[in-house]
Amino acid sequence: MTLDQLTPKKSATITAVGGVGALRRRLLDMGLTPGTKVTVRKVAPMGDPIELFLRGYVLTIRKEDASNIEIHGVMDV
Amino acid sequence: MSILFALAGNQNSGKTTLFNRLTGSNQHVGNFPGVTVEKKEGRLLLKKDAFVVDLPGIYSLSPYTAEEVVTRDFIVKEHPDAIINIVDATNIERNLYLSLQLMELEIPMVIALNMMDEVRASGNSIKVKELSDALGVPIVPISAGKNEGIHELVDVAIKIASEKQKPKRQDFCTGEIHKAIHAIAHIIEDHAIAAGYPVRFASTKMVEGDEPMQKELKLHDNEIRLIAHITKEMEEQLHTDREAALADMRYQFIEEVCAKCVVKKGESLEQLRSEKMDRILTHKYFGIPIFLGIMLLIFILTFSVIGAPLQSLFEQGIDAATGWFSDWLTGLNVNPALHSLLIDGVCTGVGSVLSFLPLIVLLFFFLSILEDSGYMARVAFVMDKLLRKIGLSGRSFVPMLIGFGCSVPAIMATRTLSSDRDRKMTILLTPFMSCSAKLPIYGMITAAFFERQAGIVMFSIYVLGILVAVLSGLLLKKTVFKGNPVPFVMELPAYRFPAAKSVLIHMWEKGKDFIRKAFTIIFLSTIVIWFLQSFGWNFQMVEDSADSILASIGNLLAPLFIPLGFSDWKISTALITGFTAKESVVSTLTILTGATGDASLYSALQSLFTPLSALSFLAFTILYMPCVAAFAASKRELGSLKGALLTAAYQTGAAYVVALLIYQIGRLFVG
Ligand SMILES: Nc1nc2c(ncn2[C@@H]2O[C@H](COP(=O)(O)OP(=O)(O)O)[C@@H](O)[C@H]2O)c(=O)[nH]1
Ligand SMILES: [Mg+2]
Repeated sequence: MTLDQLTPKKSATITAVGGVGALRRRLLDMGLTPGTKVTVRKVAPMGDPIELFLRGYVLTIRKEDASNIEIHGVMDV
Repeated sequence: MSILFALAGNQNSGKTTLFNRLTGSNQHVGNFPGVTVEKKEGRLLLKKDAFVVDLPGIYSLSPYTAEEVVTRDFIVKEHPDAIINIVDATNIERNLYLSLQLMELEIPMVIALNMMDEVRASGNSIKVKELSDALGVPIVPISAGKNEGIHELVDVAIKIASEKQKPKRQDFCTGEIHKAIHAIAHIIEDHAIAAGYPVRFASTKMVEGDEPMQKELKLHDNEIRLIAHITKEMEEQLHTDREAALADMRYQFIEEVCAKCVVKKGESLEQLRSEKMDRILTHKYFGIPIFLGIMLLIFILTFSVIGAPLQSLFEQGIDAATGWFSDWLTGLNVNPALHSLLIDGVCTGVGSVLSFLPLIVLLFFFLSILEDSGYMARVAFVMDKLLRKIGLSGRSFVPMLIGFGCSVPAIMATRTLSSDRDRKMTILLTPFMSCSAKLPIYGMITAAFFERQAGIVMFSIYVLGILVAVLSGLLLKKTVFKGNPVPFVMELPAYRFPAAKSVLIHMWEKGKDFIRKAFTIIFLSTIVIWFLQSFGWNFQMVEDSADSILASIGNLLAPLFIPLGFSDWKISTALITGFTAKESVVSTLTILTGATGDASLYSALQSLFTPLSALSFLAFTILYMPCVAAFAASKRELGSLKGALLTAAYQTGAAYVVALLIYQIGRLFVG
């Protein structure tokens, strides 16, 4: 399952980060590394991007980019 | 000897607030050469022979964004005496990620652990001494917002700079990565020294697969092959790729350190508060209306309720000063040409531009509150989807909206956009948002030709501008700005109360910037236009402006406009004077047609245009290159005259094509 499919108020653990170049590096640099727990907080009014909570801070990314991130262990928060 | 500090840190870590604390209003703002990235320099209040450069807010030292490259280059090539790394203590894990990379640059470094007031207020704490030992760099807890710990910070920074005390640790890794970094360090050592890079930093970058670094090191083929072999082996052992391996290594180290040194009971008060505020401000249904409401309020306050009276007060002041100056010159019996230059050229030209100053300062008062409070990031979040299709992100929405008021502050406001590409593209597209100075032109044309359809014509004008911006965005995305946009991966910082000092300094800086423009490029161009308008080829002043040099240039250009349906030299001349300020188009046409009032102007226009060519003229005026003040702003923000000229050329080209299409297609219908 990928991160864009995670619905608000659910969390999961990252297993792999795909994509290439600047995007992938940016995701990694912002702390979306394998093993990190992320929560989806909400979806923007027009349905995209999404708001995430991880490593004690709030991050927003586009769904398209989130689809590069593999997750597992979905839980309710 | 003077000391140079580099201030580096994440976005929203309080960097600007700290910089303002360190330097007061003693700042010089410019651009890093060749890019739209802002460079601020200032002298320390607490130590007169020490200077600090504010580097852009970044999260990493990857080679992908202009901001990161500029930071790397500055630190490696300008050799600051020390780095002051500001770290947001409420968000310490992600902030330290940059710190670990900065430490590899082998420059004395101190961490300014900011927002400590919030950490304490939330009942959390950080064991500073242990953290400092674990990282091998001195750490000073501060609160830039509350002005706490600044003295201590400056003391430590000066001490490490004069003692050249480099970070004690660089090795945060073990096992395979450690092996790879050291093996590569041996291979590239000579190259790194020759290229002026710290060996450790270069080596880590090579493990990460950093292409610009590989080029700078000028490695031989066999060395490149050897490095590829080493990293391949590392990847196989770790079952992951090089970039992920290093990011993971850094974050693992940080997690371990934070587990020991950070006592966190739960989410901070600010975060809880922000979450509550976002329930309304980024609400599914209310989010967008609230944003539009806020912008509308800012517009009304800036351009009418507060701004308009201020502006007219300012105008009266300028008029009075001009009148007084004119009388004085008459009293001195100066040569009429000089009199005309000073009064009609300089005072009128610069004066009309300067009267915008209150609007600009006021607008930036509101904008810096939006920015510093953290709301601007929410605007990007809420509006992103709309602008993505033309290759921009949601943040560009604000400058574009401001463009409907005035292009100058709109272009100046692009500085806070998050990438070089977004800034350039927004600067190019913003002038298509029809600004308020063009209203007199629209008023004149609709009154003369479209009395009954005025509403629909006005509406179409605005839609046309937006449409051309959208099409241009699509076109540019596919051509000039091809390639990957900087990814939209953006922090939503906690809402915070803006520091009054930061807001004031921001207003002051923008106001100063505008005045400087008014007295340089705008000053010059008004003199040039005045000269062309008042003199003939014999360099004598002319009685009738129809005999002026400008009129003959207008004559020369007139044939160019035949395909657009308006070929009279008076029109092309008026368009040229529109460069000083758009309203001038109306006044020039009035003078050149010898009109004595509105009615006679309209009848004169009716002999110059057909309704169709009036439409094509309207389209041209909406779109063609902006006034000199906006041009100056775009030159300033782009950091290049060439860029500003290309931008203006594109806008004029687009204006020509659209007007041409309107006239030629229209002719098929009107015959
Ligand atoms: N509570 C608190 N707020 C701060 C502190 N330092 C900065 N701020 C606020 O944090 C916000 C972001 O600061 P700014 O200097 O613009 O961050 P930058 O993006 O790093 O330049 C502003 O609203 C500041 O007023 C601090 O030490 N404590
Ligand atoms: Mg800032």
